[in-house]
Amino acid sequence: MAEQARPHGAFDAPSDAHDPIRAGYVLRLGDDSLILGQRLSEWCGHAPSVEVDLSLSNLALDLVGQATLLLGAAGDADTLAFKRDVLDFRNCLLVEQPNGDFARTMVRQLLFSTWQHLLYQRLAVGTDEQLAGIAAKAVKEVAYHRELAGEWVVRLGDGTEESARRTADGLDWCWRFVPELFEVDAELEEACRCGLAVDPRSFEEEYRASIAAVLQEAKMAQPADQRPILGGRRGHHSEHLGHLLAIMQYLPRTYPDAKW
Amino acid sequence: MYTTDLTKQPGKPDNVKPIGPAEDSALVAAFEARVAADEFIEPKDWMPEAYRRTLVRQISQHAHSEIVGMLPEGNWITRAPSLRRKAILLAKVQDEAGHGLYLYCAAETLGTSREEMIEALHSGKAKYSTIFNYPTLTWADIAAIGWLVDGAAIMNQVPLQRTSYGPYARAMVRICKEESFHQRQGYEAMMELANGTPEQKRMAQDAFNRWWWPSLMMFGPPDENSPNTAQSLRWRIKRETNDELRQKFVDITVPQAEYLGLTVPDPDLKWNEDKGGYDFGEIDWDEFYAVVRGEGPVARERMTARREAWESNAWVREAAAAHEAKRRERVAA
Ligand SMILES: [Fe+2]
Ligand SMILES: [Fe+2]
Ligand SMILES: [Fe+2]
Repeated sequence: MAEQARPHGAFDAPSDAHDPIRAGYVLRLGDDSLILGQRLSEWCGHAPSVEVDLSLSNLALDLVGQATLLLGAAGDADTLAFKRDVLDFRNCLLVEQPNGDFARTMVRQLLFSTWQHLLYQRLAVGTDEQLAGIAAKAVKEVAYHRELAGEWVVRLGDGTEESARRTADGLDWCWRFVPELFEVDAELEEACRCGLAVDPRSFEEEYRASIAAVLQEAKMAQPADQRPILGGRRGHHSEHLGHLLAIMQYLPRTYPDAKW
Repeated sequence: MYTTDLTKQPGKPDNVKPIGPAEDSALVAAFEARVAADEFIEPKDWMPEAYRRTLVRQISQHAHSEIVGMLPEGNWITRAPSLRRKAILLAKVQDEAGHGLYLYCAAETLGTSREEMIEALHSGKAKYSTIFNYPTLTWADIAAIGWLVDGAAIMNQVPLQRTSYGPYARAMVRICKEESFHQRQGYEAMMELANGTPEQKRMAQDAFNRWWWPSLMMFGPPDENSPNTAQSLRWRIKRETNDELRQKFVDITVPQAEYLGLTVPDPDLKWNEDKGGYDFGEIDWDEFYAVVRGEGPVARERMTARREAWESNAWVREAAAAHEAKRRERVAA
């Protein structure tokens, strides 16, 4: 991938030098959006109603758009999306979880979008100009994702017996992946130190309170802590990601010389 | 698009009955005069029962086509070859869902509920466009659908912007804008393939070969076997006949294919100077009627997917209704 001179922010090294800390951080954010966008697009044409189909594809479209900008800030967006293998993906494990039923999809969305919203609010006023610009645009989209997912979790949690059971199952499935969202490893710590990244622990309390409020409105029990599953940020993913990539990347990999 | 009349057999006008004696002839005369003067008929206006029935059938068929049409293209969203193509395709399929929604709403103004219409689709009673019973085998099929299927849709729908029923005409105005956008994007995607690697060129020609004839079938049976055309023209539900529209489509599309360097899969295709249009080969009407009967190559897959999406998610719709009821009760309390 050619290191193009891109408009970097104040804290970056000169644009002709590689900045692995920045690229790594932006990649985490871009991969989160890309993989969740890919997951949501699997629903297309199969949702519970035309209206839900519209909202899910709307979410997927926003996320793919974010991924395009974020991966573009880390290198060539298409090369990064279609030519990396599992070990080089930096997304959190939550977003690669299979859709399951609609309840699990909505719980996953709530858990991720709430985190993404709190993070992007902060990044939008951050010091890296390019990242702040992307976050400022995305934060409005993400606010809507958070709201939509929250409304559905409330509806399903406080709907019928069946929907309540399915929503509890969805929460049970996803809850183990929440601690990873607040994990600060050496790489993230470095990115925080240079003022590029936001330390997620700074909004963990707000996050937990927000999720608890939605669950309460949904008349759902607060989930018990589960043993955290970690590894996504280091390229150690679930078995599911390889299959997702096999589908997503098949054309550019089969026809490496083709342009589309 | 997808508004052509899909009666089960040619020559049997089982859908549009002549205006019955029960209907007040003065009302009928006034209605017909308004239609002849190109006035829009609105939901609260008096209309002949047969007009209402024809419209419900046509609009709901159109709506179902938009929704079923999401499946062949949805099949490629997860495999779109670049982020840009993925976003374009997602946005396109989202537009089609929106079209389905406006059209269901337009049909509901005629007194048939969306549930009834969906039930009719799932039971096989209602039809949808034959074109969506063909599979999307390669990425080039997505380009071909945009170019040809959306292209045929525009041809069909532009005249419907002046159809006599107001809500339908207005839905069409909005839909047509988006369909022409889809058509341009499809053509552009096809151009990339036609100018691409040998493998991409092969994909492009193969997709064109498979989609050409089904696209021509989208305009419906030939005029001599289109029993309801005369009545629909008289009521200005339709503004041009199937064959007229089909001819227009061929005349516009053949030069586009030539520009791409693709070969039209029709040995009988040739320019006719006298009529100022192309002569083209005989359409396989047996295949067309078989597909209308539900025997298309992936008809079962399409209907199974729709039914499964509807039935396996029934609990979601029930939960939403139950929640809404609880909420209202709480507000009332
Ligand atoms: Fe259409
Ligand atoms: Fe459409
Ligand atoms: Fe379209």
